[in-house]
Amino acid sequence: MTIASTTQQICFLVLSTTLALGSLAVVLLPNIVYSAFLLGGVFLSVAGLYLLLNASFVAAAQVLVYVGAVNVLILFAIMLVNKREDLGAIPGLLLRRILSGSVCAGLFALLLRVAFTTHWALPGPVPVGEDATIRIGEHFFSDYLLPFELASVLLLMAMIGAIVLARRDVFSTDVITGEPADQGLLEKARTPLLLERRGAGSSTTTLAEPRS
Amino acid sequence: MNSSAIPLQAFLAVAALLFCTGVWGLINSRNAVRVLMSIELMLNAVNINLMAFSSYLDGQLIRGQVFAIFVITVAAAEAAVGLAILLSLYRNRETVDMEKFNLLRW
Repeated sequence: MTIASTTQQICFLVLSTTLALGSLAVVLLPNIVYSAFLLGGVFLSVAGLYLLLNASFVAAAQVLVYVGAVNVLILFAIMLVNKREDLGAIPGLLLRRILSGSVCAGLFALLLRVAFTTHWALPGPVPVGEDATIRIGEHFFSDYLLPFELASVLLLMAMIGAIVLARRDVFSTDVITGEPADQGLLEKARTPLLLERRGAGSSTTTLAEPRS
Repeated sequence: MNSSAIPLQAFLAVAALLFCTGVWGLINSRNAVRVLMSIELMLNAVNINLMAFSSYLDGQLIRGQVFAIFVITVAAAEAAVGLAILLSLYRNRETVDMEKFNLLRW
């Protein structure tokens, strides 16, 4: 698929402007729900950049995985930890912001210098274009077979780990034998946080007392 | 075909801006969910770099795209585990303020 070069440039400018403004808004906006939705916009514009680079499969994977899974997961996390709290002032916040901003600006300048002063081996080989999906499949089942299989194991481990970390209720007795099971290492039973607690302001910095 | 329309350096500059924004957000965010968002921004910046190099310098064997898919996989696993850790932290500390997570502070 060949698009005229002016169209490509206009698309690139629009996508990169959206990307830059969206990422700044994700970092800077005070409301985290707006940040989460703008993060979806940033992911979509990154997918658009992938389409400009002749990578339709990776663009589809980006939309499916990032917008469809990661962004929804972040929205669910915001919903689950949705508590309006006033973040207390910490000393030296302005100094920290200035220092980290200057460090990031320096890093940005360094990366730009590297990008613009290196002599890249351009023009490279002719891009495969539409055959990219076929080429990716060949890579996955020939020379990248071991990382491909390891990725599935990694996803399984992440799924089990996320369930173990985030679950709340454990069985107090063993399902098979009926004996009391000691699962205190996994998670202790707690009072549910949705109940109204008295003196909630003073106990926010201490560990929650386990209900034994 | 697109090597004449958009230079490679434009993609690298956009990726550098995205990465630096992510680093700044990672350092300065008080909300733990926003820290995870900043990590996703940084991973996307690296992916843009990989895809740009794959299209411009390695057009026949598109190894950069394969690496980008692996990075997307690892990012999905990282997001799931990170948000599970965040939920567990929230149940224990009842806050998402990064400054309150000082259990390992020496």
